[in-house]
This record gives sequence, structure tokens and C-alpha cells, in this order.
Amino acid sequence: MQTPLKTTLSINGTRHEIEGDARLTLLDALRDHLGLTGSKKGCDHGQCGACTVLLNGRRVNSCLTLLCMHDGDEVTTIEGLGTPDTPSDLQRAFVDRDGMQCGYCTPGQICSATAMIEEIRQGWPSHASEGLEGEVAPTPAEIAERMSGNLCRCGCYPNIVDAIADVIAEEGP
Amino acid sequence: MYAFEFQKPTSIQAAVEALKDDEAQALGGGQTLLPTMRQRLASPGTLVSLSGIAEMRGVCRADDGALCIGGGTSHAVVAQEAAGIYPGLAGLAARIGDPAVRNRGTIGGSLANNDPSACYPCAVLASGARIITDRREIAADDFFEGMFTTALEQGEIITEVRFPVPEASNYQKFIQPASRFALVGVMVAKYAGGVRVAVTGASEEGVFRWTEAEKALSDNFAASALKDLTVSADGMIADMHGSAAYRAHLIKVLAGRAVEAAA
Ligand code: FES
Ligand code: FES
Repeated sequence: MQTPLKTTLSINGTRHEIEGDARLTLLDALRDHLGLTGSKKGCDHGQCGACTVLLNGRRVNSCLTLLCMHDGDEVTTIEGLGTPDTPSDLQRAFVDRDGMQCGYCTPGQICSATAMIEEIRQGWPSHASEGLEGEVAPTPAEIAERMSGNLCRCGCYPNIVDAIADVIAEEGP
Repeated sequence: MYAFEFQKPTSIQAAVEALKDDEAQALGGGQTLLPTMRQRLASPGTLVSLSGIAEMRGVCRADDGALCIGGGTSHAVVAQEAAGIYPGLAGLAARIGDPAVRNRGTIGGSLANNDPSACYPCAVLASGARIITDRREIAADDFFEGMFTTALEQGEIITEVRFPVPEASNYQKFIQPASRFALVGVMVAKYAGGVRVAVTGASEEGVFRWTEAEKALSDNFAASALKDLTVSADGMIADMHGSAAYRAHLIKVLAGRAVEAAA
């Protein structure tokens, strides 16, 4: 019999101690143990990005990591980025630009884009960039490449790219 | 997923100790192992996470000029930190999977798994890199032993990989867009002692060196040097994404592009 493990981590700024089987993924812990159902389960295999959250500020697929690997870590989910009354810039831009149809992929898209904008600020290169070093121009091709881990079955990509481009244009890269 | 015990040691020594158990399996970033376990294709009795071992993370330069990458270093970190030293390798790391995968997946995990379509084995072989484990050093040419098979012993951990830095290099990856693995990938690296060319995604035996091209490019480092060479389709992977002949053809095309783009 497997011993249940206790993991203590910060989620959206609040400390949580969660006890569970070693098999418990971060995604299932968020959804089933904490009731944070904003993070979605599309594939449970690291293919779709619907479960994207920020782990110590970096985007990861929460279905592809075990809760017990994250003792002491900091996680931010879509619930931690903004509320309906005080949406984050990206949340507002997705609404303004209609960056969704069914909305299932949207929390993952927004978490991913939040981290992506930070990566551009820090000068992380991508395959679509002109060179590996220097400033990154946030062209549609650049945004599409950098968002390649987030699939949208409704095919809302043009509006998703527009929403992200709006935020980058407003805030500067 | 079948049940397992979990351990997260904070030193290489403690990890080696934990992995002495026959049923134990090392866990890197989990981007391959966890989905494999979920499909019940792997069922280790104990998972030993290497992510708590600080001494296995990071990128640095050795006295002999080699680029040293800790076995637990994520692809995203290599993409950034190797860019100024070994751009061909940084460019390869920047195209593995997608951004979320690159933030978790590790070089040691990728090499130990030796997926026949993975990118890192191609870089290691093209660079003639050395794989440092908790107990020995293994040359790239001795490390890869065929699809999903390596020279690693049970419980052996890749602690570091040392890449001699080439004068010029480039990796060309023909992306299979759904999986983002290489349908075929070719890495060309030019050293003072000659050119090395490695190919991933193509052979049923996993990553391999294209020695005819190495010879031709060592004499004349130009895409035109490859024009009279052909790659046989025998033993190439054939699946719904590409026939064996198609893959064989891609090797030559991509090798030429890599030479042209080499920097
Ligand atoms: S649910 Fe995690 S990537 Fe699809
Ligand atoms: S809005 Fe439906 S999957 Fe993206």
C-alpha cells in the first residue's frame, strides 16, 4: 500500500497542504482537491495546453507533473490572474477580441500568454525569431510559435493572436 | 497509472542510493515518463525525482572550452544560456516540443529515453559530446544503442553532458506538426578535426551518423558537396507521416540546409 504524501505549496498566494496519493497530478489536485476548476483537462497527456498554469512563474502543463514534486513551489492558476470585476489585461483583451468560442482552452491560453509575454520581455528566443539573441518582434508568426503548446479546437487562433498582440502593443514588449 | 512510492533526494549520492532498488526509476521532468506511466506502459515501484538536486542543474564552460550542461537542466534554460556559446545547440533546444514542455523536460531525461525522433540525441552525437554519469564517462559514439536503448546501466544517472563547441553548426528539424517531434532532424557540426553529421527521426535503429556526408563535408564544407550522395531507404522508419523513401530523401535535403545555415 502506498503511503499518502503531504505536499505544501502556495497556490494563488495562499498556502495549501494537500494530502494525496503519489499519483495525484497537479491538475487533479487543483480541480478535485481545491475546487479550482478554471484549469481544464483536455487530454491529460501534455498535448493540448488546456491545463497550463504558472509554476514559479513559468508555464507548465499541470497534467504532466505530480503534485508531490512541488513541495515549496508557487503555482498561479487562471483564478489567480484576475476576477470578473478586475480582469487581468489579457483576460480583458480575450473578451474584447472574442478570443474564444466554447472557452474550454481559454484559461490555458491566458496562463500561457501571461508567461509568454514575460518570456519576450526577458528576451527568450523562439524558433520564429530572426536570431537567437537581441530583441524579439511580436509578429503574428512569433506569437503563434510561442503559443504552439496551446490548442484551440474551436479554431479561434486569429482572435487569440489579436488579443495577445493588443496587450503587447499597450504595455510594450 | 499504477501506484508507486515517491522519493525526492537532494544529492546525486542519495539518488544513486535510492535507485539501487530494482523497481526504482529515475524521474527527470516527467514529460515522457509520466504519460508513459499513465498509459501503463511503465510501472516503476518507486519514482526517484531528480528535480531536487541543485548540483545537476545549470550551464557552464569547462577549462577546455567545452559547454557543460547539468543533466537536470531544462530545455528552456539551455535555449537561453547556451545561445552565446553554442548557437546550434541552443537553437535545437528552443524547438523541442512546446514552451511548457521545454520548461519541464530535461536533457538527461531526453538522452536516457533515447526516443528515435528526439532532438537531443542528435546534438550529442553530432558534437561527439561526453555523457557524465554518477559512475563514469561515456562517449556519444558508445552511448546510443538503438531505439529507446542506451549504454546506461540500471540506476545510472546522467549528471552532466559536455559538448565540445564547434566552429559552426546548425540543426534542421522537419517538424511533425502534431507531435512536434522531428519527422527527420539533421545536425551538422564543423570542428577543426572534421565535420560530424547526425540524423534523428529517420532510422529504425534511432539516431545515427551519416558518415559519407561527414567525409564529403570535411573536404568541402558546402551543401554542393552532398549532391552526389544518396541515402538508402533500407531500415528507415515508415509511418502515416512519411514513407521510408521520403525520410531518406529528407536527410539529404536537411543536411544541405544545415550546412547553408551553419553559424
Ligand atoms: S490536459 Fe494537460 S496538456 Fe492537455
Ligand atoms: S474556444 Fe473552444 S477550444 Fe478554444
